[in-house]
Amino acid sequence: MEPILRLESVSKSFGGLRVTNDLSFSVFPGEISAIIGPNGAGKTTLFNQITGHLLPDNGKILFKGENIVGSTPQSIVKRGMGRAFQIASIFPEETVLDNVKAASLSNLNQTLKFWRSASEFKRAKDQAYAILGSLGLDKQADQLAFELSHGDQKLLDIAIALALEPTILLLDEPTAGMSPEERQRTRKMIKEIRDKFDLTLVFIEHDMDMVFDIAQIVRVLQQGSLLAEGTPEEIQQNSEVVSAYLGEEL
Amino acid sequence: MKTIQNYKTALLWTVLILSFGLVPLLMTSSYQLNVASYILIWSLFAISFNMLWGVTGMLSFGQALYFGIGGYAVGLTIHYLGSNWYFPALAMGIVIAVVVSFLLGLLVIRVGGVYFTMLTLAFGQLAWQLMFKLYEFTGGDDGIQGFILPGILSNKTTYYYFVLILVLLSIWFLKRVAYSPFGMMLRCVRQNPDRVRFLGRRVRRNQLRVYIISSVFATLAGALMVGVDNSAHTDMFFWTTSGEVILMSVLGGISQFFGPLIGAICIILIEDIVGAYTEYWSLIIGTIILLMVIVFPKGIVGEVMEKMPKFRSSEKENI
Amino acid sequence: MDFAFIVTQIISGLTMATLLFLVASGLTLIFGVGNVFNFAHGSFYMIGAYLGYQVVGVWELNFWLALVVAAVGAGLFGMLIEFLLLRRIYGRANEGGFQILLTYCLILIIDDGVKLLWGAEYKSIPRPDGFSGAVVMGDIFIPAYNLLIIGIGFVVVIASWWILNRTRPGKIARATAVDREMLGALGVNVPLTMTVVFGVATALGGMTGALAAPLRTITPGAGIEVIIDSLIVVVMGGMGNFWGAWLASMLLGEVNAFAVAFVPKWASLFSFLVMVVVLIFKPEGLFAPRKVRKV
Repeated sequence: MEPILRLESVSKSFGGLRVTNDLSFSVFPGEISAIIGPNGAGKTTLFNQITGHLLPDNGKILFKGENIVGSTPQSIVKRGMGRAFQIASIFPEETVLDNVKAASLSNLNQTLKFWRSASEFKRAKDQAYAILGSLGLDKQADQLAFELSHGDQKLLDIAIALALEPTILLLDEPTAGMSPEERQRTRKMIKEIRDKFDLTLVFIEHDMDMVFDIAQIVRVLQQGSLLAEGTPEEIQQNSEVVSAYLGEEL
Repeated sequence: MKTIQNYKTALLWTVLILSFGLVPLLMTSSYQLNVASYILIWSLFAISFNMLWGVTGMLSFGQALYFGIGGYAVGLTIHYLGSNWYFPALAMGIVIAVVVSFLLGLLVIRVGGVYFTMLTLAFGQLAWQLMFKLYEFTGGDDGIQGFILPGILSNKTTYYYFVLILVLLSIWFLKRVAYSPFGMMLRCVRQNPDRVRFLGRRVRRNQLRVYIISSVFATLAGALMVGVDNSAHTDMFFWTTSGEVILMSVLGGISQFFGPLIGAICIILIEDIVGAYTEYWSLIIGTIILLMVIVFPKGIVGEVMEKMPKFRSSEKENI
Repeated sequence: MDFAFIVTQIISGLTMATLLFLVASGLTLIFGVGNVFNFAHGSFYMIGAYLGYQVVGVWELNFWLALVVAAVGAGLFGMLIEFLLLRRIYGRANEGGFQILLTYCLILIIDDGVKLLWGAEYKSIPRPDGFSGAVVMGDIFIPAYNLLIIGIGFVVVIASWWILNRTRPGKIARATAVDREMLGALGVNVPLTMTVVFGVATALGGMTGALAAPLRTITPGAGIEVIIDSLIVVVMGGMGNFWGAWLASMLLGEVNAFAVAFVPKWASLFSFLVMVVVLIFKPEGLFAPRKVRKV
């Protein structure tokens, strides 16, 4: 089986600081994997390079076999890469439904339609409702996005990404700032959407319960380098990793 | 819910059509007819401007450029070639507007932010200077006076209805755009351009599209305006003209589609009344808007919408 | 075209460049430190010119006093504006748009204000005693006043550089540009810094207005020409960039001087052309700019 995403010797420096150091790994279709590491390890920077927001200095990033280094974020999104952000990136003054509908409309390439009212586009609307339902946000469909709680905004962020029908979804700290029940709910939801939408998931997390519960593969980043890669049990027993930062968190 | 929304919209349009439609029958003086024409035309101008700012978040301080292009395309053509050329002149004005807005848009939109605003201001003033200095051709500060419109349009009442129809049709068109998927994209561009890119859409391209659309209707407004007074003046290009539509939009409320219309009505009527007592109109309007910016940033319509829950529709009256 | 002519034009260009730079630097300062775009900056220039007229033309006192009054008057007024009005919109969503709006209203108010106080007719003041003549070098006549302006400009540039880089207040001002919150956390009185910087910048603008007054007529509405010129300088030099503004001013001043000499009617077009060329090839300005506020 071919990897859906493959990094080959990716490096990036900001000034004198090496934020990504010769990173190589492969992600396979259907896999749920987690990227963990202490703060400042370069996790979000890595995501930014994968989604085309940042240009790596060296190396290749192969998405579905094609090197996407240098491509615009727009084209990478269109090829099927989805992303949810650390700080929920939503359209605050639009309704929850419209937030997702905007993405659906874009996905269906209907954003140039300027004559018919947006409320008439049934297919996009139904798609959006379905996704909101999967994430438990359908009751809040008519609320304005900024009125949502922080946790729900993060879910909305994921909903928007899902509406683009991605094949791989990168989630940047999906449960950051959530209460324990919200975390539980989100954990369950993430497993469900993986199955329902047939996705490959890669997420960055600090919540170790979530990591060891859901992830099949864990990759540990430290100072931009891949410290370790393996199943959750293997990582738990890896002494380097433990000393690097897990400490008493287990 | 949908039917209530439709009912309200239908009511709004009926009120508009009736109140403006009956003006020539109810008002006796031609002066009042003119004021009504000004209100209609400035409303179109302001609404077209607000497609840029309220909807898409692009504060252009140079829409007067297109207003002037419309006015002078018609004015100069009729002056040199005669009234039969009215409609071709109108078309030519729009074509020029499309070309200019496309080129200028390419240049200044990518710079973005406050630069964009100031550059649109600068280019507007450049056009003003040009028109001013080319006085052998354009009449400079004297403007173009006393030209006549063709056939039935030379009748004031007929012309009024001509303006009314074109303005209402244009506003209707712009409303459809604002509520369409394209309009939704524009609003998203204003609120979160990065996310729009992550939606797979190009931000600048959409900004350019709305810039062209907005400018075309500004041009139409200008072309219609010169028919009211049968004259064109370089003030149409002056930066304060660009400023007027900004003030109108702010007063009425930039987040509401019809906000600029309310703002236009208020400013024109107040200017009419106050202007009779004092020449220090700038001072007064400046102070009013200043207070609004600090205390009532949502504008008249916006603040009313906030305070009176029953006016809020469930499917957002906001744009 | 002979040597004398060239020298005269160069001096003329330097004079224009100095005036341009003095105004543009105020704008750049406020934007660089406070992230505020003072659209009304030209109006402070205008206030300075009118104050200068008041001192020299009405009260018939000496010119140097006029410069001081112009600077202080404009500066105080600027601080008042910042304190009473601009502060209310810091941190609002769409802050950039509201800034422009608010400062636009100021332009309207100030324009009518000077008309109220001084009338709408053009005013003028003479050059100060001792500088009304010319310095003669062979064939070359250099107006003494121009040299004065260039001299003052030179002093201001050196002084600003020194203050910003070598004194504590200056370093605080520069640091505020980089990270307001951090500085607040360190105990620096950020709001005060903003007000003071605003005052200094508008004082500079006002002084320039008075300085330029003997060379140009004083009219209401002068503000907008000034702001557009400053804008062109700042766009070319990069917003928030001190030396960029200086370089751009020099370039534009000279281009303008020679354009005026050869094609006076179209001279103003040239600055635009230069700016358009820069925009096409290097939209971020000749030097890297500060992050632009979204409007």
